[in-house]
Amino acid sequence: MRKTLLTFLTLSVIASIIYSCQNSDELKQQIYYTNGRDLYIKHCQNCHGANGEGLGKLVPPLTDTVYLKQNKQKLACLIKNGSDTTVTIHNQDYEGKMPDNAQLFDIDIAQLIVYITNSYGNKQGMYKPEQIAEDLKNCK
Amino acid sequence: MKSARYIYPLSFLCIILLFAACKQSRTLPILGPRDTKEVKNADGTTTVDTVYKTIPAFSFLNQDSLPVTGDTFKNKIYIADFFFTSCTTICPTMHRNMKTIFDEYKDNPDVMFLSHTIDFKYDIPSKLKKYATKLGVDGARWQFAYGSKDSVYKIAEKDYLVAVMEDSTAKENYVHQGWLVLIDKDKHIRGAYDGTNPEQVAQLKKDIPVLLAEEKK
Ligand code: HEC
Repeated sequence: MRKTLLTFLTLSVIASIIYSCQNSDELKQQIYYTNGRDLYIKHCQNCHGANGEGLGKLVPPLTDTVYLKQNKQKLACLIKNGSDTTVTIHNQDYEGKMPDNAQLFDIDIAQLIVYITNSYGNKQGMYKPEQIAEDLKNCK
Repeated sequence: MKSARYIYPLSFLCIILLFAACKQSRTLPILGPRDTKEVKNADGTTTVDTVYKTIPAFSFLNQDSLPVTGDTFKNKIYIADFFFTSCTTICPTMHRNMKTIFDEYKDNPDVMFLSHTIDFKYDIPSKLKKYATKLGVDGARWQFAYGSKDSVYKIAEKDYLVAVMEDSTAKENYVHQGWLVLIDKDKHIRGAYDGTNPEQVAQLKKDIPVLLAEEKK
């Protein structure tokens, strides 16, 4: 009886270790997502809206999954340095001005990108601060 | 003790009546500083009247380069605010909220909107027109007003009681408050709501029908 209990306990400990290992990446992404949401509310929501809906033709929505996928490596530059060009989102041209966020650290930008690329119909998974550092080297 | 049987239904009725009375009598206060004035009556006696703050006559240019004056809002209620088109902080939120109200009342010509730009250098009528169009606003029910610095800043602070400032040390050169100010047909201020605060915007949405009902009487 005692032996079975012990085996059971050991097995469940091992199982939970394996389980949490598998999930540490997921957990990390979850943390990034939550922090990213706070940053979004603070720095972006006034323009892009609580549901990423944008504002008329003044501010583009964040619901164009194709755009966000194709331009993922450029998002760090856009967020950090702002944007004053024309972007085409859902076949609509937007030519407003997005202000810079020079004060944000790489990790903040990574968390923001994880948030917006996993919300509003997007589901692109994790993005790491190391990748942000790389992306920022290629800013125009 | 026979009468006790009636007490419960009766008090119940009283409470219902009280509630009904409350509901009907909700009116919005008249805001702003007030004065008194002596009025001479026909029979020679005098009485004291309260003089409420009113929005004085004004004249600006709108998004179509046409004059917008107090008469534009004759027999209308309107919501006024102060903003500028290149504002990246509170204005987008204010105008997102105003736009939802604008859309809710799109079939009601008695509810109008008046946004004054405080960027007298850049926001000329053609810029305002572009902004309005991109926001999704056309027609005359939402007026975007351009005027000299003096005229706009004075009416903001003295009449609508909204603080606005040119501030070269601020990131965007202008600083202002995000009030949405509700004005009645007599040009009295009947409410001021923080246009960036969802609860206060919700309150404004509740107050508009109350004011409209009062104006109907
Ligand atoms: C002042 C309003 C404003 C703020 C604040 C703002 N944006 Fe933008 N954003 C814009 C505008 C305008 C554009 C279009 C830029 C252009 O035309 O060059 C844009 C474009 C974008 C785009 C690319 C187009 C799209 O819709 O996918 C992304 C992604 C984006 N913003 C994310 C953010 C994030 C993240 C933040 C917060 C850190 C933020 N924005 C803050 C106004 C704003």
